[in-house]
Amino acid sequence: MADRTTTPLVEMEDISIAFGGVHAVDHVSLSLWPGEVLGLLGHNGAGKSTLIKILSGAYRADTGTIRIDGTPVKIESPRDARRYNIETIYQTLALADNLDATANLFLGREIVTPLGFMDDAAMEAETRRIMARLNPNFKRLSEPVAALSGGQRQSVAIARAVYFNAKILIMDEPTAALGVHETQMVAELIEELKRQGLGIILISHDTREMMSLCDRLTVMKNGKVVGTEATADVTEDDILSMIIMGTNPRDKAAA
Amino acid sequence: MTDTAAGRAPAPPRRSFIQSLEVDLRLVGMIGAFIVLCVMFDVVTEGRFLTPRNLFNLTIQTVSVAIMATGMVFVIVTRHIDLSVGSLLATCSAVMAMTQTWFLPQVIGLDYGNPLIWIVTIFVGLFVGTAIGAFQGWLIGYLTIPAFIVTLGGLLVWRNVAWYLTDGQTIGPLDDTFRMFGGITGTIGVDASWIVAGLCSAAAVVLMAMSRRTKARHGVPLKPVWAEGVMMLIVVGAIFGFAAVLNAYEIPSGAVRRMFRERGEAVPDGFVAAYGLPISVLLLVAIAVAMTVIARRTRLGRYIFATGGNPDAAELSGINTRLLTVKVFAIMGALCAISAVVASARLSFHSNDIGTLDELRVIAAAVIGGTALSGGVGTIYGAILGALIMQSLQSGMAMVGVDAPFQNIVVGTVLVLAVLIDIIYRRRLGVK
Ligand SMILES: Nc1ncnc2c1ncn2[C@@H]1O[C@H](COP(=O)(O)OP(=O)(O)OP(=O)(O)O)[C@@H](O)[C@H]1O
Ligand SMILES: [Mg+2]
Repeated sequence: MADRTTTPLVEMEDISIAFGGVHAVDHVSLSLWPGEVLGLLGHNGAGKSTLIKILSGAYRADTGTIRIDGTPVKIESPRDARRYNIETIYQTLALADNLDATANLFLGREIVTPLGFMDDAAMEAETRRIMARLNPNFKRLSEPVAALSGGQRQSVAIARAVYFNAKILIMDEPTAALGVHETQMVAELIEELKRQGLGIILISHDTREMMSLCDRLTVMKNGKVVGTEATADVTEDDILSMIIMGTNPRDKAAA
Repeated sequence: MTDTAAGRAPAPPRRSFIQSLEVDLRLVGMIGAFIVLCVMFDVVTEGRFLTPRNLFNLTIQTVSVAIMATGMVFVIVTRHIDLSVGSLLATCSAVMAMTQTWFLPQVIGLDYGNPLIWIVTIFVGLFVGTAIGAFQGWLIGYLTIPAFIVTLGGLLVWRNVAWYLTDGQTIGPLDDTFRMFGGITGTIGVDASWIVAGLCSAAAVVLMAMSRRTKARHGVPLKPVWAEGVMMLIVVGAIFGFAAVLNAYEIPSGAVRRMFRERGEAVPDGFVAAYGLPISVLLLVAIAVAMTVIARRTRLGRYIFATGGNPDAAELSGINTRLLTVKVFAIMGALCAISAVVASARLSFHSNDIGTLDELRVIAAAVIGGTALSGGVGTIYGAILGALIMQSLQSGMAMVGVDAPFQNIVVGTVLVLAVLIDIIYRRRLGVK
């Protein structure tokens, strides 16, 4: 269990963003400590993906501040996020369909030879190694990813995020397309990364999976946070009612 | 790197001859189409098409468009278009013509024939082309004006900048050394051509062997040794065949007599000389190799294809796609400048209408060569072959005596048909 008395790895404070008139994220705050998995739940369009895209540099927030290890930072592009060791598995996977798995895995961080040319052999060998851990049935390294199944594509996106020594890992519905066995392997991977001290933000609609993987759960509705609870303190029904009703039953109990 | 999916489609248990060779089927198709075209024209013209002289001319006429087509591959792969290449060529040509006939000799005072003239001229041309290309790329990448609009504007602007600079006048004659880049005015002769062919063949064989070794080391399935040997033979045969054709084009006896008279000698009995490889063709080969290396072996090339395949994914992977756009258009501009050297050197002067309609030929060459307008797919060698097919169609029809309007009707129709065939081909293979 993560030690939550230390400085958080990530603090997002009072974050808002609007698209036209839609307040996709509305004054949201959250914190993430090293070695913990924070779950983000909410109905479709609640603002989960938009919130994490602000942390990964895909969007710029209208208001709010982000602190990494207590220091305020400006994340204005995906390049900035990578500099802070923030890695993201996007819901849309963000793969270049015309390139093969190896090219996608190393996109933006290719291994080059001393002369500055790409070292395809080295990259392919690394890809083979890491894919063997994630998805042992995956053999089609040098085919365009357009030719892969949804789950295989998802494996490539996961491999890309975990390969480069992330400190903060964002996973937006990483197992939506995976089979039972592959989902289990991702769950084991999350446990292992957690032990290594990464902070992980996990988004999923599978409440049972979230109850078993996450240390804390944040529920969003219409761009706002309904509540954040330690998983140990709530039942799956509590969470479901937070998602559906948009109110926190524990608030009522306290009142 | 992208459309080679064809070669790796799920292999049936029994492999045919072509499959064992693992060649790009599209490449085979294009070469086949080219050969059919040549034979057809040769039959109709009663043997005048497939002569060393005509093939030599065909080659040097193709160079200028082919050079620009390699750059257009990058532009189209990143989902852009460049309609300004012909006009940009004219501006570069005008600036270079003025640099070598007026600025350097008259303002700076360099002597006639000073080697600095052609060197400085080419540098100035390259600088102008690259700068204009980069500027257009900046408008497209950073100010997010669509490439179609920016370069449509450029089509008008640069054509008329060239006109304004030269008052619409023809400028010439150009520097003697500069004119060596034009084709027939600059060839390396028979012996050097054989040597170049030998070196190119050796390089090709070594590269193929090395690639096989690398594949073997990483456990990638290899094609049979005999297939590898056949491929090497085909490549070496093609290189030497090409050199042999150009070496067979003899310099007319009048020109030989003039050469000897200039040196104050008499022509020896039975003396024959041939042109051999033109310098412009060597330039094209060098550019083709460089652009292929960029496309396949460098990060820049990887980012170009990734951005074409999925711009959002490229951006999210930390690629600076705006700067990439500037680079792609800067490369295009530099290639326009090189084409301007070749085109004006071939004419031996700068004319006001140089490069007119080249944008259409260049785009057509890239597209016939398999570059998909939807982005992410295209090859350098395809674009060059596309340029060669277009040019042979055009000069073949001229030789047959087809009326000018019909020539353009045929070229336009072929362009549309080529894209249709490409779409059907891709659908058969199950790629998009
Ligand atoms: N680029 C955009 N432009 C305009 N509106 C957007 C954009 N991105 C998101 N939105 C809007 O913001 C709201 C939140 O979207 P978001 O993708 O964050 O939802 P989500 O919680 O991830 O939903 P899901 O569970 O379906 O993935 C939605 O109403 C959506 O329409
Ligand atoms: Mg989402």
